[in-house]
Amino acid sequence: MLPNRSITPSTLCVKDLPWQILWSKDKCTLCGRCTATCPVNAIELGVFRKRTLQTALNLTGTPGNVLAVYHGIRQKTDPAYACIGCGMCNLVCPNDAIIPARSDEFDKLRYHIDRGGQPRRRGGRRNDAGGVLDKIKFIRISMLTDPALDAGRHEFEMRTLLGRVLPPEKSLQFQQENGWIPPVREIYPLIIGGMSFGAMSPNMWEGLQLGVTYLNEELGIPARISTGEGGCPPRLLKSRFLKYVILQIASGYFGWDEIIHAIPQMKEDPCAIEIKYGQGAKPGDGGLLMWYKVNKLIAAIRGVPTGVNLPSPPTHQTKYSIEESVAKMIQSMYMAWGFRVPVYPKISATSTSLAVLNNLTRNQYAAGLAIDGEDGGTGAAYNVSMNHMGHPIASSVRDCYLNLVKVGQQNEIPLFAGGGVGKTGNLAANAAALIMLGASGIQMGKYIMQAAAGCLGSENDRCNICNIGLCPKGITSQDPRLYRRLDVDEVAQRVVDVYLSFDTELKKIVAPLGRSTSLPIGMSDALGIDDAAAAERLQIKYVV
Amino acid sequence: MCRLFAITSKEPLSPMVAVQALDVMREGHDGSGVGLFLRDLGGPFEDIKDAPILSGIFSDKGLKRLDTYMMDIGFMTKYKLSIKVPKKPPAGIPRRDVYLVRAYEYPEDWDDMPTAEKYEQLVSIRLELRRMGLEKDDMKVFSFWPDVIMIKEIGDPWKVAQHLKLDRKELRARVIMAQGRQNTNYDINLYACHPFFLQGYSTMTNGENTAFVPIKEYLMGRNVKGYIGYQSDSEVFTHILHYTQHVLGLDIENYKHVITPLQDADLVKHPNGDFLRHLKNSCRRLIIDGPNCVIGCLPDHSLFMVQDRKKLRPGVVGGKPGIYAFSSEICGLDAAIAERDKSKDFQPMHLDTVIVGPDRQEVKVCCQTEALPHQLSA
Repeated sequence: MLPNRSITPSTLCVKDLPWQILWSKDKCTLCGRCTATCPVNAIELGVFRKRTLQTALNLTGTPGNVLAVYHGIRQKTDPAYACIGCGMCNLVCPNDAIIPARSDEFDKLRYHIDRGGQPRRRGGRRNDAGGVLDKIKFIRISMLTDPALDAGRHEFEMRTLLGRVLPPEKSLQFQQENGWIPPVREIYPLIIGGMSFGAMSPNMWEGLQLGVTYLNEELGIPARISTGEGGCPPRLLKSRFLKYVILQIASGYFGWDEIIHAIPQMKEDPCAIEIKYGQGAKPGDGGLLMWYKVNKLIAAIRGVPTGVNLPSPPTHQTKYSIEESVAKMIQSMYMAWGFRVPVYPKISATSTSLAVLNNLTRNQYAAGLAIDGEDGGTGAAYNVSMNHMGHPIASSVRDCYLNLVKVGQQNEIPLFAGGGVGKTGNLAANAAALIMLGASGIQMGKYIMQAAAGCLGSENDRCNICNIGLCPKGITSQDPRLYRRLDVDEVAQRVVDVYLSFDTELKKIVAPLGRSTSLPIGMSDALGIDDAAAAERLQIKYVV
Repeated sequence: MCRLFAITSKEPLSPMVAVQALDVMREGHDGSGVGLFLRDLGGPFEDIKDAPILSGIFSDKGLKRLDTYMMDIGFMTKYKLSIKVPKKPPAGIPRRDVYLVRAYEYPEDWDDMPTAEKYEQLVSIRLELRRMGLEKDDMKVFSFWPDVIMIKEIGDPWKVAQHLKLDRKELRARVIMAQGRQNTNYDINLYACHPFFLQGYSTMTNGENTAFVPIKEYLMGRNVKGYIGYQSDSEVFTHILHYTQHVLGLDIENYKHVITPLQDADLVKHPNGDFLRHLKNSCRRLIIDGPNCVIGCLPDHSLFMVQDRKKLRPGVVGGKPGIYAFSSEICGLDAAIAERDKSKDFQPMHLDTVIVGPDRQEVKVCCQTEALPHQLSA
């Protein structure tokens, strides 16, 4: 039977969408700012027809009605234009007349977002709030047996090492014999993780770099930032600020032509080289920069044509074994900088992390291992990869650390943990927990985007359109009309704020534990959790 | 909190000197135990300096097992001091059968063995005896080393000393270390009682080591014989000392650079900055986080004291040529060496290591920011 109404399977009503626009006719000034600013055109000017009944109050009058129109906001229900809940309409509304509200039930949009056979792709995060890190408490408080320290006035040395550290016997021997001692950097344990130039807007990138530089040069905090896979602007490559930067190389090798050619002109060595083999948000998948964002500038830095999708392969194509991928590639990168720059791999947390680690323990060049947990964010990925693929960071780091303890190499290969650190705002607590589980340092991404630039994303699938270059805050957009919304200096200021407050909170955690002289890496006796299974798994105390 | 006292004297002294010093500092400890380390012995041990002496507590059954074991490996008793105690100990002190101090003759087939190897073997034997003792709970072994006696017991130090009649000629020594308190954050266990001893090195500590677990895990991964136990968080100080000197071959001046290294800005200015930075990096997991005052004795009979970076524990050194003492409190020093120039008493601060060498002529103060006396011996 032929349908006689224009309802298709994907015809949705506002109720079926994840976000409903609440609009107040009384408050609306019809200025049009909301419709102009909506990044996905989810709302439009609506012309509504309305009948008003007119009933006479006396007996003689004739009842009637008036048909009139009024103007307002209409929410589109086509899946392609579904509201993403970013709330920009609310931000720009002079009268607070409009706000998106989360639906009170599962949306129906999810069943129709694959029109054309293309599954949902998005940026952002794994839409799963909470996690084990938030449940970990610090229970070993110094009480009478030893004095708790004053976080505000005591002397602290919260630093960590990035680089392959020789065992003491070898270090002494090599010093005597004038042997090669691998380069080691003493840095602040909070690193801004790899977010590429391309994934992020020029203003965002510059703001982060500026903030990191200020921390180093003015405040003496040796913060570091990874470039992500997208190259590095030549001006930065040739500046003295390169020493605060970790250059990332990944399977697409984007930007590395430029980097290699800049080596002779580098005034400083970079802090380190990070070889990305995997990413927590989309493990087993390569990086992805969608065509929307590949403009002239990005294309030039990456050495590609404009307007094409840039999917990095899931693996380094020329390397077919772990020995090749890890050993040879690490050595090649060492060689490029005359063995003066630490080189370490970054992998996504996986149940096979230990195999990688064990390989690194036998590789005298490996300068560390960065592990990215399932809660890591990304600029673009398939929804299914983000939501369902990956391994939590806590047990992965713990397993790796305990394995290093078993072979006595916990000081030789620093572990850096990332992926969901501070996803509910508890950056310092999450970081301290990971450090006490065995991480030497922490990588953050989403947190700094939220805190330093006001990223609107949430664990409730809000916004998450980093992939299409329409970031309403200008953080992940390459459109100057959008990224000029972001003030570079303000971003830098916020980066500094974040580090300073993190530093205070970290001290507020370690001081009561009686720690100040060194970062409490592996101080698992300080940790407790009210979940017996998690306690057993992480080998920390179960407390209720 | 523990109270510590150590003395080094040209003339052999009774251990009671140290116990008395602990007693005057009794406000600072809870009287829950005592540990004594005696070295450079006088009395009958004077003439058998090379003979390894076994110190421990044994049940009658344990003693028989010990005898069988030692006979089997060829060790013959050379001299013994069995402290027999009344069947009923005073309140607070557990009943024991035998407190044993026994010097042995090396087996004949060890005659041609190099000393270093002999010493390695002594460690193995002590560890084996400790293991056997834990198996049947019938022996506790504290040391097995030439010219060293160790006595440990739970209870008030003064009462323990009276009970064991420590004021006897056989126990006189030129170097004595004593610690009062047995109570720890962990179990009450005699193996948690300081001073600790390993292969000629001994330390005792005041304060809690908050970085205990990572340090312990690191030491246990060194594959060094004897890095076991850790019933007390203070045991790691002995092993770090052993590791620094015995394994890495560094002088005592480097010990503080291992446990509380200088910060970056100071390392840059330090004449041995490069060396110390590498040392700090490679020994990073051995950084203690105090608050701790460590007093120790080296194989050459030097005594030393270091404070941690926070300097939150008391410690003083004083005396005169021929006799010097290290004490948690000045009253302990007064009790032991009343006649001294008190203006020369020295309280080491967060950068200092103080050493009184085997000649007992002066107190040497090494400040961490100063140049190291000499770097690695080539």
